[in-house]
Amino acid sequence: MATISADKARGPESREDKLPDAVVVRFAGDSGDGMQLTGGQFTLSTALAGNDLATFPDFPAEIRAPQGTLFGVSAFQINFGSTDITTAGDAPDVLVAMNPAALKTNVDALKPGGLIIADTGEFSKRNLAKAKYDANPVEDGSLAKWDLLAFDISAMTIEAVKPFGLGNKEALRCKNMWTLGLALWMFDRERQPIIDWLTTKFKKLPDVANANIAALNAGHAYGETAELAGPLRKVQVDSIPSEPGLYRTITGAEAVSLGLVAGAQLAGLNMFFGGYPITPASAILHNLVKMKEFGVTTFQAEDEIAAICAAIGASYAGQLGVTSSSGPGIALKGEAMGLAIMTELPLVIVNSQRGGPSTGLPTKTEQSDLYQAIYGRNGDAPLPVVAASSPADAFECAIEACRLAVQYMTPVILLTDGYIANAAEPWKVPDPNTFEPFPVKHLEEKNGPEDTLLPFKRDERGVRPWIKPGTPDLMHRIGGIEKGIDTGNIDYSADVHQAQTDARRAKIDGVAKGVPEQQVCLGETSGKLAIVGWGSTFGPIHQAVRRARRQGLEVSHIHVRNVWPLPRNLGDLLKGYDKILVPEMNSGQFKTVLRDQFLVDARPLTKTSGQPFTIAELEAAIDEMLS
Amino acid sequence: MNEMTKIETTLKDWVTDQEVRWCPGCGDYAILKAVQRTLPEIGADPKNTVFVSGIGCSSRFPYYIESYGFHTIHGRAPAFATGIKLANPELDVWLVTGDGDGMSIGGNHTMHILRRNLDCQIMLFNNEIYGLTKGQYSPTSRVGTPSPSTPQGSVDRPASPCAFAIGSGARFVARGIDISKKLPEVLKAAHAHKGAAFIEIFQNCIVYNKDVFHDFAAPKGVEDQQLWLEDGGPMLFANGTKGIAFDIAGCTLNVVDVIDGDWEAAGVAVHDVTNRALAHMLIDLRVAPAFADFPMALGVLYDDPRPTFESEVAAEREKSSAGKTADLAALLGKGQSWTVEG
Repeated sequence: MATISADKARGPESREDKLPDAVVVRFAGDSGDGMQLTGGQFTLSTALAGNDLATFPDFPAEIRAPQGTLFGVSAFQINFGSTDITTAGDAPDVLVAMNPAALKTNVDALKPGGLIIADTGEFSKRNLAKAKYDANPVEDGSLAKWDLLAFDISAMTIEAVKPFGLGNKEALRCKNMWTLGLALWMFDRERQPIIDWLTTKFKKLPDVANANIAALNAGHAYGETAELAGPLRKVQVDSIPSEPGLYRTITGAEAVSLGLVAGAQLAGLNMFFGGYPITPASAILHNLVKMKEFGVTTFQAEDEIAAICAAIGASYAGQLGVTSSSGPGIALKGEAMGLAIMTELPLVIVNSQRGGPSTGLPTKTEQSDLYQAIYGRNGDAPLPVVAASSPADAFECAIEACRLAVQYMTPVILLTDGYIANAAEPWKVPDPNTFEPFPVKHLEEKNGPEDTLLPFKRDERGVRPWIKPGTPDLMHRIGGIEKGIDTGNIDYSADVHQAQTDARRAKIDGVAKGVPEQQVCLGETSGKLAIVGWGSTFGPIHQAVRRARRQGLEVSHIHVRNVWPLPRNLGDLLKGYDKILVPEMNSGQFKTVLRDQFLVDARPLTKTSGQPFTIAELEAAIDEMLS
Repeated sequence: MNEMTKIETTLKDWVTDQEVRWCPGCGDYAILKAVQRTLPEIGADPKNTVFVSGIGCSSRFPYYIESYGFHTIHGRAPAFATGIKLANPELDVWLVTGDGDGMSIGGNHTMHILRRNLDCQIMLFNNEIYGLTKGQYSPTSRVGTPSPSTPQGSVDRPASPCAFAIGSGARFVARGIDISKKLPEVLKAAHAHKGAAFIEIFQNCIVYNKDVFHDFAAPKGVEDQQLWLEDGGPMLFANGTKGIAFDIAGCTLNVVDVIDGDWEAAGVAVHDVTNRALAHMLIDLRVAPAFADFPMALGVLYDDPRPTFESEVAAEREKSSAGKTADLAALLGKGQSWTVEG
C-alpha cells in the first residue's frame, strides 16, 4: 500500500512542533482531476473552521488539455491561519501532486522541508515521459529536500468505491475526494458539510454520491492509520478571533455581481446587464442570471460591442446599464464608451483584467489594462475608474461604480483582475440597511426658460439631466456628434467643441470632490518610503509592509481605489515621503500616471508573469529602497 | 409595433426645428416625408416613439423627427435598439440604417436583431454607395461600380439585403422606393407586424450613385418593371398584362402574359405573405442573374409573425423570479455561511 518516502533522514521530529500561524496548501493535478473543486470545498471547510484564508486558483486556458501534460496542470492554492491572511501565500507547506506533471510544475515552489503527497498510481512510465522526467522522482532521491509521502491513491480510491459498481474511469474520478478526505484529516476539518454538498450535487446519481463520500471517508481514515508510520501528521491551526456576525466565502466575481445588484437597488433602478462570454469575466453573467427577482435583465449579446451598446440603450431608456468583459473585449467596447461619454449617459463597465496584449494569458492575472481604462478611447474622453483590491472589496467598489455612474451621468470602469475574480476569501456579510441610498430622479418637466427643454443643461457639478423616452413633452435627440451648449443640438463650431471638451473634463475632474480623501492604510502619513499600490496587489503589499515595519523600517502602505480621477489629496500626501515605490502587475503604468499627475519620483516594481507578487519579492524591494 | 393607444397627430407634429442637412434632391427627403405621413396615420405617440440610427447619411434621420431619437455609432443601432426595447417594451422603436451601416460594419447586428425578432421597424436605405464618406462602393454595389476606392470598377459581388434578412430569420421582409406613393403603405404594414420588420428602401443618391435604380424606380415609365405584391392577390404587373406563375417542375417562377385580364387562365399565382419559399424566390427576382429579366418585387414579400424577443425575455425573467422576493440581505448571506458568536 503506502510507500513512505525514502527520505527517512528527516522524520517528524525535524519539523517545528509549535502551532503554525498559517499554512499554505497547494492541490495540483490534471485539468480533469477536479482540483478546483477540491480546493473550493477545502476552502469552505477551512472557513467553517474559523480560519482566515485567501486562495489562488491557477488553471490552464485549455478546458481539458491532453492528460498528463505539463501545460494541462491545474492548481489551487490556499493560505489559511489564525492571523489576518491577505495573500494566497508565497511558498506552499504542503503540495498534493496527483501526477508527475503536477509535481514537476509545482515542486520548486514548495518550502524546503515541506510535504509532498503524491499519487504513485499516476507515476507510470508514460506519464513520467509526458512530464519529461527521465527517472521516477519519487524513487530516485531527487526530492530529498522535502518530505515525501508517495503512495497509490488511485488504487486505494478504486478499492474504496468498489461496492458502488462504478467503472474504472468513473471510480478514478473520486480520487480528488479521497485526497480531500486526507487533507480534512490533516487539518482537523469537519467532513459533514462536504458530505451534504456531495449528496445535493449528485442527487440524481446516488451511486456516484455514495462513491465520492466513501472515497472522502477512506482518505480521512488513511490519515488516522498512516499517522503512526511516516511524515504525515495532524496540524492544528487555531481559528482567528473575528467580529461577531454572519460570514461567507466570496470570490471577486460573486462580490461584483452582488455589488452591482445592491448598487442598482440603492439607485432605485432596474439593472440591464449586457455581456459576451470571455474569461475571466463570464462568471458575472452567470451569477446575475440567478438574480432576476431584483429587476435584473441579462442579455448575452452577439459580441462585445453589442453587449455595451445594448447596455447604453437600456441606460438611455432609464435603467442602469452594465457591461463586463476582459481586456480584449474592453478594447472592442472603446467606441461605444466614447458615445456614452459624449451623450453623458450612466454605464458601468467591469474589466476583469487578464494577461495581454491580444489573447495573452486568458486564465492568468495582470493589471496591464490601466492605461486602457484611463486613456484608451479616441478623443478627449475622460471617465472615472475604480479599482478593487480584494474579492470582498469588489463588493463596495461595484456599489461605488454604480453611484458615480448615475450621480455624474457618465460611464465608469470598475477594474478587477483574474486573481480577484477567481480567488475566495471570508466575507462578513454586510447589513444592507447600513448602505447609503442614492436614488435617481429622471427629468419629468421642461427645464429651460419659456417652456423649453434643455437636455444638456448642466448643474453646478456639470451634470446634465437624465431624460428617458416615454416621458411626455420631453422628446429630444442625442448622438455622438458634438453638441450645442444646453440644447444638445448638433453644433461642431470651434467655440462649442472647446467649451464642451472642457465641460466634460471638468465634470470628471470634479468626481474627486465626491470621493473620500486618500488614507494611508498602514504606517505614517509621511516618512522614508511609501509603497503605493492599486488593485489586487493589496494583499502582498500589506503583508510585506507589515513585516518590514515589525523590523523597524519606516515604510507606509497607500492603496488607491479611485485610480481616476485620483483622490484630491494624493499629490500632497505622496510629496511627504522621501521615496515612492509602485508595485504593479504590468510594466509600470500607475507609476507613470502618478509621475504625470504629481511630478513625483515614483519608482516601478513590475511583474508580468501571470502570477501575483509574493510577499518575499516585496520585502526584498522594500529593503533595497531603504538600503 | 405595440398594442398602443392611438394618438391624434398631424404631419406637422413630427417635424423638428432642425435644418435638414441632406443634399438637395436626395431620396432621403422623400422617405422622411413618407415616414412623417405614416406616423399620424398609425396613431403613433411622439413620447413613446424612438428613432435609433447608426452612422451615414440615412442615420441623420432621427434629428428630423419630433420624437425621441438616438444617433448612435456606425452599424450598432440594432444593439442600442435591443437595450432600449428590453428596458422599456412600451416604446415603439424604429431603426434607420443604410447599406454600409446595416450590411457592412453592422451586418452582424442586423443578423442578430432579426433572428431574435425584436419588435421594431428596420428601414434600410439602400443606395448602393457610401455617401457620407464621399462615394466609395458599398456591399450592395454591383460588380464594376467605379468609385474613389475602386477606380477600375468594384470586383466583389454584392449582398442582397432582403435575402440576408430572410436568411437571418426575419419574419417580415418588404421593399419600397423612396419616391413611391406606396411607401407609407409598406411602412404601415411593417408597423402592424409585431416583431422585427425589415424594409429595404431603394434610395437615390443623386451625388454619388445617381439613378442607379432608374430601370425600375424611375418616376415614370417603369410600371412593367415593378411587381407590387398584395397578400391574397394575383401577382400581376405591367398594368395587369403580365403575371408571375409557378413553374412547379423547375421549382421556379415564370412570367406569363395575361390576356383580357384573365389571370387565372394565364396561371398567375396568388401571393401568400406566409409562404417562405415563395418569399425566397420573390426576393431573387431581378436581383439574381437567373431572374434578371423579371420585375422588381415590391411591397410586403413575407409576413409571418412569431413571439417577439422582448416578450420572451420578460416571460423568462418572470419565470425565473417566480416565488422569489427581492431580499437583498438574504441574497448577500446566501450559500454556505457561518456565524461568529459575540
